[in-house]
Amino acid sequence: MDQDLKIELGKQGVFVTTLEELYNWGRRSSIWPMQFGLACCAIEMIATTMARYDLARFGAEVFRPSPRQADLMIVSGTVTKKMAPQVVRLYNQMAEPRYVIAMGACAISGGPFKQGYNVLKGIDRYIPVDVHIPGCPPRPEALMQAFITLQKKIDEQHLTGEDRPRFLDEKAQGEFPVPEPAEHDLEPPSNPGVWSAPVVIR
Amino acid sequence: MKTVEEIKAAIQAAVPGAGVEFVPNPSPCAQHSLRLTPGRAVEIARFLRDDPELAFDFCSNVTGVDWLDKETSEKVKVKRTVNKTVDGVEQAVEETVEETHKHVEPGYLEAVYHLYSMAKRHGPLVIRMRTVNRTDQVELPSLTPIWRGAEFQEREVFDLYGIVFKGHPDLRRILMWDGFKDYPMRKDYVDPDDYEYEPTAHDAVLKRAQAHQAAAEK
Repeated sequence: MDQDLKIELGKQGVFVTTLEELYNWGRRSSIWPMQFGLACCAIEMIATTMARYDLARFGAEVFRPSPRQADLMIVSGTVTKKMAPQVVRLYNQMAEPRYVIAMGACAISGGPFKQGYNVLKGIDRYIPVDVHIPGCPPRPEALMQAFITLQKKIDEQHLTGEDRPRFLDEKAQGEFPVPEPAEHDLEPPSNPGVWSAPVVIR
Repeated sequence: MKTVEEIKAAIQAAVPGAGVEFVPNPSPCAQHSLRLTPGRAVEIARFLRDDPELAFDFCSNVTGVDWLDKETSEKVKVKRTVNKTVDGVEQAVEETVEETHKHVEPGYLEAVYHLYSMAKRHGPLVIRMRTVNRTDQVELPSLTPIWRGAEFQEREVFDLYGIVFKGHPDLRRILMWDGFKDYPMRKDYVDPDDYEYEPTAHDAVLKRAQAHQAAAEK
């Protein structure tokens, strides 16, 4: 629909919208995160929900203790190899549409513990991540920036067509394989359907 | 607090026949320690805790140390007679020959305990115990029956170094998962080859990343 006409009608007190816009507006205005924290980034996440930063402005103040009721997983902190299967399992238990924010250096790459024997080198090896936030830990402003980025991303999703989101695509992968702790490492070390090593140009 | 030598003498007086060795620390901190032979260690630990003058009632820290096999070589001059032809005549001539003797000191694992006394406000006393080797005889007596606080730390030492504490009430891995086979804090531990993406690699990591890339290209 023509944007100018829409604005003009709005001035006359006529509200015109599309189903897609209304649907996306509803979704992006009530992103309920899952209530779990993995490390020190979780403290910043808690600070973001408190009065000074007030995450409620984005409709995201309700942290759900159950993955069944959550829309967003904030992976806030170091994911150890012992914890990774549980994180993937929780993600599998969330209902579509679901989103993931990888918060902090550890969640996106392993961070300062990358070369450790027990730290996963980024949660995006197993589950699809929508927004990565760098920082160690990221400030609450950075987490809010991630929320705004995610809202924009939701706004741009079309309900039909080739680029429709995963939950409207019947053929899309719904369940992600949970890695098994094996004798030396997690098995498999990454999910090739989600992640492949980026090419480093030196 | 008594000096470490005095504590050693007190132990030997109280527990006859106990193997205690004084391990000096030559650095400025001069934190000397006592090495206990594992056989009598529980008795010695009970004495250290219950003796009214020492009263080490608090075990603050338990850790492990991995000592690899140490290969030493020394050059020895050896005199021996060699048959040689000198001026066309065969003679027995004495010669000095340098030989290198190599000998390998077997490695061992060590458990280190730091003891304090809350009642007497002194400490730390550092005690150590060594296993026979690093492979199959890795058992040490657990001191958890003496100091309950050592329980989780001995589990951690078991998890990361592979020292088996006999008499521990619940010896399981504590940080790694149960099916894990390696001991990550040992010096010869090789971590899994997941070096496929190292954007800012340098030094050891760069070498591992290059080795991974070379293996992937084959």
